[in-house]
Parts: sequence; structure tokens; C-alpha cells
Amino acid sequence: MRTVDLLIIGGGSAGMAAAIQAKKEGIDDILIVERDEHLGGILNQCIHNGFGLTEFKEELTGPEYLSRFVKQVEELKIPYMLNSMVISLTKDKIVTISNKEEGVLEYKARAIIMATGCYERSAGAIQIPGDRCSGIITAGTAQKYLNIHGYLCGKRIVILGSGDIGLIMARRLTLEGAKVICVSELMPYSNGLNRNIAQCLNDYNIPLYLSRSVSKVIGKNRLEKVILTAVDDKMQFIPGTDMEIECDTLILSVGLIPYISLLDYIDCPTSSTKGAKVNEHMETMIDGIFSCGNCLHVHDVVDFVTDEGRLAGHGAAMYLKDQLQKGDAINVLPKDGIGYVVPQQIDRNNQEDVTFKFRVRRPVKDMNLIIESNGQLIAKIFKPVLIPSEMVMVKLSKDKLPLLGEEVSLRLEER
Amino acid sequence: MKEFTCIICPRGCRLTVDDNMNVTGNTCPRGKQYAISELTNPVRTITSSVRVNNRDDLLVSVKTSGSIPKGKIFEVMDEINKLSVSAPTRIGDIVKKDILGLGVDILITKNID
Repeated sequence: MRTVDLLIIGGGSAGMAAAIQAKKEGIDDILIVERDEHLGGILNQCIHNGFGLTEFKEELTGPEYLSRFVKQVEELKIPYMLNSMVISLTKDKIVTISNKEEGVLEYKARAIIMATGCYERSAGAIQIPGDRCSGIITAGTAQKYLNIHGYLCGKRIVILGSGDIGLIMARRLTLEGAKVICVSELMPYSNGLNRNIAQCLNDYNIPLYLSRSVSKVIGKNRLEKVILTAVDDKMQFIPGTDMEIECDTLILSVGLIPYISLLDYIDCPTSSTKGAKVNEHMETMIDGIFSCGNCLHVHDVVDFVTDEGRLAGHGAAMYLKDQLQKGDAINVLPKDGIGYVVPQQIDRNNQEDVTFKFRVRRPVKDMNLIIESNGQLIAKIFKPVLIPSEMVMVKLSKDKLPLLGEEVSLRLEER
Repeated sequence: MKEFTCIICPRGCRLTVDDNMNVTGNTCPRGKQYAISELTNPVRTITSSVRVNNRDDLLVSVKTSGSIPKGKIFEVMDEINKLSVSAPTRIGDIVKKDILGLGVDILITKNID
């Protein structure tokens, strides 16, 4: 069995940032394991621009953004293994990898960083009623077909779900000559960024229907029609509101889920993010196993994925240098109006500032974010606008940490 | 008075422009610039992809080096779709200079070895 100090599962934005950070902090024996034939992960197919504004103060396309990190990985001589899939791992950090050249191989790692990204909810996952015809695909699959291989998935297209990938694809498919008839969203608000509604839908006069979803798909072999039906506030279809739309393709942009099936091998506790439960160093509840990026919680901006990757890389480097002296855990709890908070725990011995990342449950205005512990107010921050599609970050200075009791909570309160 | 969403960065500020071209709601100077451009001469950057001749089943991503008038988007797309390149490609390589005489180039955005 081979050994390695730090094994990073996934060579996308999170994994590369984690590797670079750990290397800069003196960890030399690193291996990135990537299942695709390139580093960079999903950014390889995100050819639109808008990446890097926080990280590089300029606007880059996905491939440009990822290339800057590939360059650093190469310059720092960080080893990586492509076309290689991690098929299992243990709590003792034995990682089994499969690839075409070497077959099945095992590594014993001293620390592991999970950076496996996320996957799309599929037609099966949302149980669309109707025929089982072809022509129903996820937005990410349509994106890969079009941007990497050059195949347009259809000519008359309906998009279900207004997440960013769906909006980006609405524009992209339109530019390539397809007719995007509409985008339909189950919720009463869009889950995409406002700028994407402006530049991807409004620019091309593509209507966005809110509180409306697909109640039936119809097609013998290929999709022929979808029925879009309005829903009430309990998400039930309202009779008599059907819109029948002729189309050959239905694209689903109905949510992303952290890809954590490897965690099943190690009984790793998860949180309401559907990713692993972590502390402020992005360490899971399993000693020496860290998690970052979209497999921890789904991000809306890659720059923040990179940042979180660095945090995990830093945490793993400290762990490997025996600098993480663990004490009691302070639990971090999302309360009124808050969907989730990362991290879910802070170590009592932590010596650094902590950034809370959270999402609200529904769009709200003029709110105070209250951070409190044992009934004592730790921080109160005014937030004029909060929407579920935008992750919010709030820094808690290390000076405030001694004020915390056994738990700290975040909640919203009307101003 | 006009209201719209700034598209310069993911923040997506709600901008308001009054009849005297005063911009409010922006959190950075680029928002102001965007608002004025949007009312006078709306422009967009285009990203797309072009065929790689010497690779099966593979495209390389490209972008316009600067903004083009919104009304020219589909004409520029038609031109981009006539282009092809040969690998290897390097980020920043020019595929087509001064497309449609608009003063912007079509640049490669992906390294393919």
C-alpha cells in the first residue's frame, strides 16, 4: 500500500485551492485524485464569464479561472492523478482508487480533503408525471453536450427551474439557434442571481413563469409537449391553469445536491446542508477528514469555493503539523429564518476569526441578523436584502469567541 | 426614471436612473457606468465555442475581447460559428481579429494541449 500525507479527492476549484494552500504551508506529500481527464471540474464546461471578481478583481470565463489554478498546481509541482475514481475510503484513511492504467490501488493517507463537488437533481428525483420519452435532460448535461462536444440538445426548449445553470443555458441555447420558449419556476421567486435573470432571460425576451411547474410530460418516443400548471402556496397544482406547450426538450435546473456518497463508508455525520458536518477548519466529525466546496454546501460563486478550499487546505496542514489542539465543541445553530450555517461547530481552542456562511429560508428585507449565545447578544448586523440564492458571509472576530457558551445561534429579526 | 438590474458582477444591484442620468442603487463605480451605457448604447460580452479541427468531438471556448452592441449579438454569433481552430490552443490566442469591424477580437479562453 502506498502512503501519502494529504490526499485530496476531487481536482476542481475546491480541491486545487486546498492543495495549493496546504503546499504553501509546508505540506509536500500531496496527491489530488480527479476522475475526469482534466483538472478544473465543472468550470471546464462553464464557458460564460463572471468568475473571479472577488479572487482576481477581474471577470473571467470558467476555463480561464480554472487555468490560473492549474498553473499554480503545476508550478508548485503538486502531484495529481487524472481519470481516477475513488471507490471507497475508511475511517483509518485508507483510500481505494480505480483507474485504467493501474487497476485498483490503495493509499494510506494521514489526512484527506473531500472536494467532490455536487450533482444535479434529475427527472427521477422530482418524479415528473407523464410519459417516459427522450428529450428530458438536466441543465448541466445539456451544457456539457453543447459547450464541450458541440451538440445542441433540442430546437424548442422549455426549462424547468430558475437556478443559475438553467438561466445560463437559456441564453446559451438561444445564441446557438434554439428557441427557448420559457423558464418555469415552482417557487414564487427565482433561485438564480438577479443579473442572470437580466442578462440571460430579459435580454432575449424569454418569459419566466413563477409558481408554475410541469404537471405532465407527453411524448411517444421524443418529448412532444409539456403541461405547465400554476401551483398554490402549498405547492399544489391549481385546476384549470394548464398551459400546453409544444416542445422537443425539457431541461431541468431543479437543484444541486452535495456529492457525498463516499461519506457513507465512514459514517460521517451530515448537516442540513446535505453535506458533511464540519468545524471552523472544515474538518468533518471524523478525525483528519476535511470537506470543502460544493460537496460541503452548494455555492453560488466559485470564488467562495476557492476560499473555502484554502480554509480546508489550511486546516489539513495544521492537522498534519499537529497544530490542531482539539477542545470542547461549540455548536452553531441556525434559528429563525436561517436555512443552514457552515460551520456547524467551533472548537473552543480555536485561535482564528471564524466566518459563518449561511442562507436564508425565503427572500426577506430590512432584517437584523442576530448572533447570540446563552441569551447574550454577540453581534447584530443589519441586512437590507437577503435571498435564498445568495450565500451570506459574516465574520466573527476571534476576540468574541471567549463570549460563547456551549452553543451559538444565528437568527433573523425584523428591524 | 428607469430601473434595472446591474449585470456587471454577481451582486446584481438594483439600479435606478433618473431623467438627468443620475444613478442610484449602485455599490461600485462600474454600476454607474453600466447604467448609463444601458440607456445610451447597451453592450454585452459574448462567450461561445468553436470547433477544434484536429480533435474528434471537441470544441474550444472563446469570448469577445470587449463588449459589442447588444443589437449585433446574433450577427457576431453567426461569424463565430464559421470559425475553427487547430489544437493546441492557448488562452488569449486570437481566432479572429476585429470581428465585423466592431473593434473587438475573438479570443481563445481555454488551453487544449
